[in-house]
Amino acid sequence: MNSFSLKDRRCFLACRSHRWPILATFMPLAGCQPAVLDPQGPVGIAERTILLDSLAIMLTIVAPTIAATLAFAWWFRASNQRARYLPHWAYSGRIELVTWGIPLLTVMLLGGVTWVASHDLDPAKPLTSKSPPLQIEAVSLDWKWLFIYPDQRVASVNRLILPAGVPVSFSLTSASVMNTFFVPQLGSMIYTMNGMSSKLNLLADRPGAFRGLSAHFSGDGFSDMHFEVHAMPADQFERWVNATRNQGPKLDEASYGSLERPSSNVAPFTYGDADPAIYDRIVTRQIAPAPGPPPVAGPSVINLTRHGR
Amino acid sequence: MFGRLTWTAIPFDQPIPLAAGGVVGLVLACVLGLIVVKGWLPYLWREWITSVDHKRVGIMYTVLALVMLLRGFSDAILMRSQQALAFKAPGYLPPEHYDQVFSAHGTLMIFFVAMPFMIGMMNFVVPLQLGARDVAFPTLNSVSFWLTATGALLVNISLVVGEFSRTGWLPYPPLSELTYSPGVGPDYYLWALQISGVGTLMTGVNFVTTVLKVHAPGMTYMRMPMFCWTTLASSLLIVGAFPILTATLAMLILDRYLDFHFFTNDGGGNVMMFMNLIWAWGHPEVYILILPAFGIFSEVVSTFSRKPLFGYRSMVMATMVIFVLAFTVWLHHFFTMGAGADVNAIFGIMSMIIAVPTGVKVFNWLFTMYGGRVVYSTPMLFALGFMVTFVVGGMTGVLLAVPPADFVLHNSLFLVAHFHNVVIGGVLFGAFAGYNYWFPKAFGFRLHEGLGKASFWCWFVGFYVAFVPLYVVGLMGMTRRMQHYDVPAWHPWLLLAAVGALIILAGILLMVAQLYVSIRQRVALRDQSGDPWDGRSLEWATSSPPPAFNFAVLPNIEGEEPYWGVKECARKQMHLDNEPRYEEVEVPRNSPTGFVCAFFATFLGFALIWHIWWLAAVSTLGAAATFVAFAWRDRVEDIISAEEVGRIDRANRRARMEALTRMQTQAAE
Repeated sequence: MNSFSLKDRRCFLACRSHRWPILATFMPLAGCQPAVLDPQGPVGIAERTILLDSLAIMLTIVAPTIAATLAFAWWFRASNQRARYLPHWAYSGRIELVTWGIPLLTVMLLGGVTWVASHDLDPAKPLTSKSPPLQIEAVSLDWKWLFIYPDQRVASVNRLILPAGVPVSFSLTSASVMNTFFVPQLGSMIYTMNGMSSKLNLLADRPGAFRGLSAHFSGDGFSDMHFEVHAMPADQFERWVNATRNQGPKLDEASYGSLERPSSNVAPFTYGDADPAIYDRIVTRQIAPAPGPPPVAGPSVINLTRHGR
Repeated sequence: MFGRLTWTAIPFDQPIPLAAGGVVGLVLACVLGLIVVKGWLPYLWREWITSVDHKRVGIMYTVLALVMLLRGFSDAILMRSQQALAFKAPGYLPPEHYDQVFSAHGTLMIFFVAMPFMIGMMNFVVPLQLGARDVAFPTLNSVSFWLTATGALLVNISLVVGEFSRTGWLPYPPLSELTYSPGVGPDYYLWALQISGVGTLMTGVNFVTTVLKVHAPGMTYMRMPMFCWTTLASSLLIVGAFPILTATLAMLILDRYLDFHFFTNDGGGNVMMFMNLIWAWGHPEVYILILPAFGIFSEVVSTFSRKPLFGYRSMVMATMVIFVLAFTVWLHHFFTMGAGADVNAIFGIMSMIIAVPTGVKVFNWLFTMYGGRVVYSTPMLFALGFMVTFVVGGMTGVLLAVPPADFVLHNSLFLVAHFHNVVIGGVLFGAFAGYNYWFPKAFGFRLHEGLGKASFWCWFVGFYVAFVPLYVVGLMGMTRRMQHYDVPAWHPWLLLAAVGALIILAGILLMVAQLYVSIRQRVALRDQSGDPWDGRSLEWATSSPPPAFNFAVLPNIEGEEPYWGVKECARKQMHLDNEPRYEEVEVPRNSPTGFVCAFFATFLGFALIWHIWWLAAVSTLGAAATFVAFAWRDRVEDIISAEEVGRIDRANRRARMEALTRMQTQAAE
């Protein structure tokens, strides 16, 4: 993995000013291994462990069952003269005990694992770390993502920049319909809902580029609701914040109003001055939920010409 | 005059739905034309459309399911090909069309394929297995069927008039609210399901009553075949769960039509309430579908292992435990909503507990085969395919019930693969097993075995080729419902999945061929004895197809597997029981109530979708008047004379005697 992250970092540095080469380079990397099985942070790693452990526990009963099904069906085939025929055998207390007992024991074991793991990996539970968590507020819009850094007073659309090794405490909401915030290689996903604030804690162990997406269907522009995630060393993150601050547009109610109108395939950009109170105003609906498409049935509002470059 | 309906509702600019609709319309017109020209209309009206005979209603349900399977599968082919093509490209289906395709696929497959298929089997088989002459409420049964057909029709009308819902098979608000879905799509969904939902609820009531109250003498609960038990559990679930669906959709309708705020973003609405309610119905729905399939497999595995079902009492217990637990797990559909660790963990563990009775069932089928003489007939192949496939689906299901695992797999194609694994490998394989198993009972001739087996292998292999790749891309972080994507690693797997869909297509074509060839060769495939599989339960005691009254004399039940007992006795003594004294039989009289009511319901649904209020009022009056007219009927039943009953039954007894003699000669040789 180390070689990947080095490459990522080089690529990221080389491509900061330009969008497409980043994508072109990191997509194949993200695809080298199944993302969920190639986690890059403690949450994702713990979840992979739970996933594989549960699978192993269940396979100890499922694999023999499949084998027995095939074996019984084959051995007791009608043409097999050597197989015993027991035309009236339909009850055995001992076998019944086993058929109820084995699934019950398996589920008790798995249930225990579930109870402990659900508490350990509760998305709202803060991660233990030496460094204090970075606060990020995420808003899902039709059809893009807005990430607000309230303490840094900057914001970013469709690109999430994280310091590696620093826990990130997300607060998430939606401007309109439901979505799900999900970075497969970092772990847990969580719904974003209008008028509510969800909590999620993640951490990227090492610098790297990952893919983030919405995992809940949200309308015609849904397929383009993915975003880039870049984890970088803390000092580099500081440099990014400083370079971003006071550059480009300002995030206030007026610019948010134009952002929340439906659009898709939006190229990442940043806000150099983000109003830190805007997230609370969205959650409490002091800023009204985003409008949907124009109120008549008609052709889709998305422009399809900008597909998949 | 026509509410929101204008010429712009017809998508003249979109060739795919228009062509599809045109072809369907043309086929329908040709079939109707043929029926009229050949003069079959009176026959159809008399024997099928107005029939309240549970066997006819069951067959019509099954036909509806098979036809809708073709439509739903066309959607599947569209989706698989779109995703195969849409790598860094827009593909050929724009989002506003693709979104309708996956919404329609799910809606059709669950409500108009799986449900009518299972209800069709229940209708045809359960009264026969109970030794009864019909269901408890035959006319209500016919109304149920026709209302289901209305729902299916409305979904298909949306293909050419307006649009279908673009919000998935469950219309999660706020996306399905008027603000974010201003078109008529969700309205088609809502009214189609409300109307067919009434039909389903009445079916539930009908079958709870039938299984509990309409029996042959001596058919106590613990002597009922397994399929009757699973039908009872499934019907109880319908009675418990479908009102929740109706109420939830009614609230969404109020939001959309009368500006209520149950689930809207503003005005105090709450989407989380919708999710809880819809899944409080939705999870029991899963068991409504799979329990009858479990019943079918119990019958099939026992018959083709030439043994009674192993652990019958355990199986009954497991069925009823599943029935109760089905209502206690709904939250596992949204672990990622952030409910907190205690809530998530408890619902996760509850979901796992359901795996215990399910596991018991699998083991009991396994031990039913133990010591048996397994015959690899088509139904048995589907049962074996099920046992192998379903445990994999169950395993991935339990995996998704572990909240931390669900946090990375929820809504991914892993989830899609999981539920297709249990719905195809469980429900659909069960339906196909039942279709092949009971077809000779329904029509008097067997289905072609070779083509049946070929279709099984295509379905079985096709399922794995189509859905194992989806498990894989799910682990790669691919979420469901993507119209296009740009991750190269997903592409080969989606190409492979499309190949799998083509193999399944071959399976479907082979099923069509099987039906066609079987009809052509029906003389050679004739089931003379009424008992082609050496069956064990009462449906095999009547002729194939059974007479309108099912049993000339109601059988007297003296134990489990009543027909097997009678048959063994006859085999030992080499003669049948003495001829009974025949009496006249009353059978329920045909009634057009169901058809006429559904006729009005179709217009009612259409009028409500398009806001044509005068038509809605007229149709409501029409439907109500139909029921009033039915309530004032003079004659409820027709009488079949004792001579006629005797004539039909003697023919059946002759066939049985011949079969017995044939068996004797075979044994002598």
